[in-house]
Amino acid sequence: MEKALELKNITKHFGSLIANDHIGLTLYKGEILSLLGENGSGKTTLMNMISGIYYPDEGQIFVDGKEVEIKSPKDAFDLHIGMIHQHFKLVDVFTAAENIVLGLEGEKGKLDKKAVHAAVKEIADRYGFEIDPNKKIYDMSVSEKQTVEIVKVLYRGANILILDEPTAVLTPQETNKLFAVMRNMKQDGKAIIIITHKLHEVLDVSDRVVVLRKGKYIGDVETKNASQQSLTDMMVGRAVSLNIDRPHYENQRDTLLVEHLTVRDKEGVKKLDDVTFTARGGEILGIAGIAGSGQRELLESIAGLQHLEEGSKITYINPEGKHIDVNGMDPLDIINNNILLSFVPEDRFGMGLVGGMDITKNVMLRTYRRGASPVLDRKYPLDLSNKIVNDLEVMTPDVNKTPIRKLSGGNVQKVLVGREIECHPTVLMTAYAVRGLDINTSYTIYNLLTEQKMQGVAVIYVGEDLDVLLELCDRLLVLCGGKVSGIVDARKITKEEVGLMMTKVGGGA
Amino acid sequence: MHISKRTNISTGKAWLIRAIAILGALIVCAFVIFAIVKMNPIKVYISMFNGAFGTNKRIWVTVRDLMILTCIAIGLAPAFKMRFWNIGAEGQMLMGGIATAFFMINFAGKMPLPILFICMIVTSIVVGAIWGLIPGFFKAQWNTNETLFTLMMNYIAIQFTSYAVSKWENPPGSNSVGIINRSGATKNAGWIGNMFSKGYNVDYAWLVLITLVLAVAVYYYLTYTKQGYEIAVVGDSENTARYAGIRVKNVYMRTMAISGALCALAGFLAVTAVSHTISTDTAGGRGFTAIIVAWLAKMNPFVMILISALITFLNKGAIQIASDFGLNEYVSQIITGIILFFILGSEFFINYEVHFAKSHKE
Repeated sequence: MEKALELKNITKHFGSLIANDHIGLTLYKGEILSLLGENGSGKTTLMNMISGIYYPDEGQIFVDGKEVEIKSPKDAFDLHIGMIHQHFKLVDVFTAAENIVLGLEGEKGKLDKKAVHAAVKEIADRYGFEIDPNKKIYDMSVSEKQTVEIVKVLYRGANILILDEPTAVLTPQETNKLFAVMRNMKQDGKAIIIITHKLHEVLDVSDRVVVLRKGKYIGDVETKNASQQSLTDMMVGRAVSLNIDRPHYENQRDTLLVEHLTVRDKEGVKKLDDVTFTARGGEILGIAGIAGSGQRELLESIAGLQHLEEGSKITYINPEGKHIDVNGMDPLDIINNNILLSFVPEDRFGMGLVGGMDITKNVMLRTYRRGASPVLDRKYPLDLSNKIVNDLEVMTPDVNKTPIRKLSGGNVQKVLVGREIECHPTVLMTAYAVRGLDINTSYTIYNLLTEQKMQGVAVIYVGEDLDVLLELCDRLLVLCGGKVSGIVDARKITKEEVGLMMTKVGGGA
Repeated sequence: MHISKRTNISTGKAWLIRAIAILGALIVCAFVIFAIVKMNPIKVYISMFNGAFGTNKRIWVTVRDLMILTCIAIGLAPAFKMRFWNIGAEGQMLMGGIATAFFMINFAGKMPLPILFICMIVTSIVVGAIWGLIPGFFKAQWNTNETLFTLMMNYIAIQFTSYAVSKWENPPGSNSVGIINRSGATKNAGWIGNMFSKGYNVDYAWLVLITLVLAVAVYYYLTYTKQGYEIAVVGDSENTARYAGIRVKNVYMRTMAISGALCALAGFLAVTAVSHTISTDTAGGRGFTAIIVAWLAKMNPFVMILISALITFLNKGAIQIASDFGLNEYVSQIITGIILFFILGSEFFINYEVHFAKSHKE
């Protein structure tokens, strides 16, 4: 096979940290290569050097056998390398076609709509995309936006495509479509690198897997000779158990009653519509749904961060059996009423943590009010931070100097989850608790949640990976467009059934 | 060439960069001086130094001005820490000055001196707090733009001051208040140096003392108290603050009241300890200069003293070379501008690293 891209001895330092240490990698034409590694293993850094965002300190890059220098995204683009980022870079008020040609010089500065549409259609037909060139971005679903990003890169003539966690935001059905398209592109001779943390997808779509660990190249393996277990062991460097325990907790009791919960956004659109359910202590209640189906609003309503419509009712039942109305309370009222509610929000730095502060100051966010003194108690949060860092193996230079924003995603999440658990909650809500985390950290988090469940805590787990939801949770609440599509026993339902319920209330059955 | 953010930099290296920047500024200025006015730059620099520290009196004046500037910057620190762009220090300071002058003019001789001082201080604080609270309240309730709001409040305060000046005119027709309690039965009443004893520069000594106390107090408040922590959380992320049960609206209002009160205290000091009069120039643009001071000091009150010292030194020096060499003031302003430019620019090199990518052809 012909080499599309070859890296030799690529090294990149950030200060004293070596993000990439003499990495060599070959990508062939007509191949899908999975790049696998834990958080902080250097995958994104490496891809950023290919796409011109970083410049390597050492090493050589060859494209089609010729040595090249990639100093800017424009250089990468001229070499027909295209990267599809996790966060889309599209102009909301433009149509798909306009976004696709954005920044390209048309003939005589004119935009030939017909020609663009024809070209877009040709690309869509060739690879099996579904795309409407006239649709505005703001009308599109996440998966449609992603399609636009990919077509944009192809329109510009990319032969090497890099996809950074493309499936993180897709439903199983959408993921399958994306994979079909990727296989078509492969048939056409394109070379594709995909970064993903989901091992079953790696096994499903790729031809070969390259594993990085702590900035070093560990090895590559033909996908047909690999298994989830072997890949995990390579990534982590030791054997890891990949089973999620689902013990049963005997003394379940109702802890949180949500009745007729309705929430509108600023524009008056209903984000939650008459949602009713009960969360039980000693159980993990999973919330499944396409991104933006009301998951965020649901958790924020319970946490006192949303304005509830008339008729909504949220009741907390404390361990003594007393019923307390939570609706109408703000987070401070909830704390003052001794309602032990912990919340790991989706947006870590936008809500759960203060990015510019060190671990200790983030840990004290929940407890700094304790005591009558107007002066902060520094000892308790310091001890607690050290405990969290030790218990959860948080990698950090220190607990009271480095801003938490500078830690890697997994470590940030460990601090956040650790803090919320240390509040000794009776209700623990988590939103996308493992998003962007490597497999080892993810399992740490799953175990922590199960541990909480076995202590009688009512755990509410909003997730996106259906395999995990079905393995981890006791019951599953499926949301569809803000409505409850169904509440099912997670032990007795299949992924496909849940997928259907996510797209249609009641699953269409 | 490639620019990347520094992950960490040692304090020593950071100060080295700053020192190089000042040296670089002086060299560039030397060329400019020589090119424009054909003079020996060394002599000009010596003259600048003399302007700020040449005589005992000049030293005191420099210290005086730098303390007032520091005091305003300290007042801005809580608001800026909350990312609330209070550019209304000018007005808050004037309101404090008016309150102070009001008592000095109307109540001197009518109440014992300690009571008079308490009235002056308390009213300045209250008036300043209200002046700060107004934009804080509107921001909290309706999310108005605080930059425009505080700026507009300055003009209202200036008009208030004009009104007060015309009301308290002395002598009549002069369109100024004149030195308050200069002579007669109420001589020096309400001058802070007169509170306990009289003597050379006691006014300024009080000024230094009060400013230093404020610096320590605000540093402690922002670093070690629960309220200071809340301010930092709100400044970093309003949503996180709400999530943590902080009532963001209350924090906005409380902090702006504190910021306004502190800036008003600077106005109090400017009247009771420095000018002993009130005019629309009592703030004199220092409310804006203090913004630069607060930012360069990254909200640390002790660093603010250093930055204020530098800026005051440059001002005094510029005035001196203008008079010594018969230059017009613009030349000295060019010099101040270049020096500030270099200092601000040095922050870029402290935060970012510049690599020159070598093209490696073997």
